Amino acid sequence: MTEHALASLSAELDDVSLARSRDLRRQRITTVIRYTVLTLVGLIMIYPLVWLIGASFKTNSEIFANPGFWPQNPTIDGYIKGWKTSTPYSFGTFFLNTLWIVLPKMIGTAISCTAVAYGFARFEFPFKKLLFATLIATLLLPNVVTRIPQYLLFRDLGWLDTFLPLWVPSALAGDAFFVFMLVQFLRAIPRDMEEAARVDGANTWQVLVFIIIPLLMPALISVCLFQFMWTMNDFLGPLIYISSKNSRYRWRSSCRSTRPKRSNGTVCWPCRCWR
Amino acid sequence: MSGDSRYLGLLYLSPYILGLLVFTTVPFVISLYLSFTDYNLMSAPIFTGLDNYIRLFTADRTFRKSLWVTLLYVFTTVPLKLAFALFVAVILNSKLKFINVFRTAFYVPSILGGSIAIAVLWRYMFADVGLVNMGLGMIGLEPVNWFGDPVNALFTITLLRLWQFGSAMVIFLAALQSIDKSLYEAAAIDGAGKWKSFVHITLPLITPVIFFNLIMQMVQAFQEFNGPYIITQGGPLKATYLLPIYIYDEAFKRFDMGYASAIAWVLFVIIMALTLIAFWSSRHWVYYAGDKRS
Repeated sequence: MTEHALASLSAELDDVSLARSRDLRRQRITTVIRYTVLTLVGLIMIYPLVWLIGASFKTNSEIFANPGFWPQNPTIDGYIKGWKTSTPYSFGTFFLNTLWIVLPKMIGTAISCTAVAYGFARFEFPFKKLLFATLIATLLLPNVVTRIPQYLLFRDLGWLDTFLPLWVPSALAGDAFFVFMLVQFLRAIPRDMEEAARVDGANTWQVLVFIIIPLLMPALISVCLFQFMWTMNDFLGPLIYISSKNSRYRWRSSCRSTRPKRSNGTVCWPCRCWR
Repeated sequence: MSGDSRYLGLLYLSPYILGLLVFTTVPFVISLYLSFTDYNLMSAPIFTGLDNYIRLFTADRTFRKSLWVTLLYVFTTVPLKLAFALFVAVILNSKLKFINVFRTAFYVPSILGGSIAIAVLWRYMFADVGLVNMGLGMIGLEPVNWFGDPVNALFTITLLRLWQFGSAMVIFLAALQSIDKSLYEAAAIDGAGKWKSFVHITLPLITPVIFFNLIMQMVQAFQEFNGPYIITQGGPLKATYLLPIYIYDEAFKRFDMGYASAIAWVLFVIIMALTLIAFWSSRHWVYYAGDKRS
């Protein structure tokens, strides 16, 4: 009887270990598959960027003949020409102009969005729900609809061909996404410290400056980073507002001769320059 | 906070309220008015009733083409992008070594976002003798005429946005990581395989995030401008002439502000209608774990 039980027990144990090793093998196979897929997709993701770096050291003819990364005849000609640009202005001028749009816009966004998010997250006031609903609505509203009247408004204010159309809306917390993000952050921060400060006689403004802002720093840094990137990459805004021929700030399309053969049109680098 | 005026919060909101009125609400109303006018910036707007809309829907073949291309673009790009982002997020949601390296690599193209440099890179890559055709040649395939063929040209724009699936992926990943692991263990004990537990546990639990991504990606896709404007200039044969480019041309090249506003409003109504349909249908397919109703 006991012998029989023992035999069946050991058979069961064998089954378990067999099943476990089968499981392990299956797991190893899925791991291999995962790594393969991840590596393949990752290569497709990254290769165009890597290739771009390599291509910047290639000659024009090699760019369209060599799909590899390493240039056969490395040259920094591209960088020299790129710095000189095909305009009377150097790359530095364009870059400073871009920074002159980006930095004030970024600072304005950070300040205004913090104040507004503080208002939404820590105060009760009439029409709060309605105002918060408008924030969400702005988030979903396609810019296409308001762009034309905004252009007309800036024209009537005499702001065209200045940076004001790019700065002012952001300085008035126009980027609903950032306000929303900061509100969500603030909701997660406990109010204990603020209440202690209030008891000690701080007013709401002092609470904002000395308690909320230091606590909010990580979120504020990401707001600044996002706004920096998005404004750097903004094409349509400058294209519409600072593009006229007789403007002080001038947009140029410096057309390159390094263009694909048989392709329609030229490759244009839109850039701004200050006359 | 007691002792403060109940209007103190409004003081902090004042920049937002001013901006909302001046840069959003008033332009919104004016844009609707302009869409019923003939306005070329030289003289005051002339009210023309429904003329713009009648012209749009009966006489304007460019509009019909552009509308069709826009819908085609949105309905291919959004589902493909969501599916791809979810697929990669599921693979990335595991305890593999170097997982953070992969996560970063997949997010880099999205950081570069709508950058002009990337659009220019795309032009080089898909040129007749560009990187993609060289790659196809290396594995023995015929080169593809990417920008000459109408269908392919639109697809290159779709591919550009697919390549930048990172933001949707990050949101999916966050949702996947918040799913309670014990649910999978329970399902495994009940004999459910990987695929079954994905369909019956993962998918239902992340429907709120799928919904959010769907809305955001859709609104974004309908407003695509940089890609086609730089890469294909709307060509060939207007195959990539999306509505935002048409609106830009009408407004800022031909200075036909009234007509451009009318097109913008048609686009707006389409986006709103689709958003509302999504919201309405969400009752039937979006599951909120916090809610009592199931």
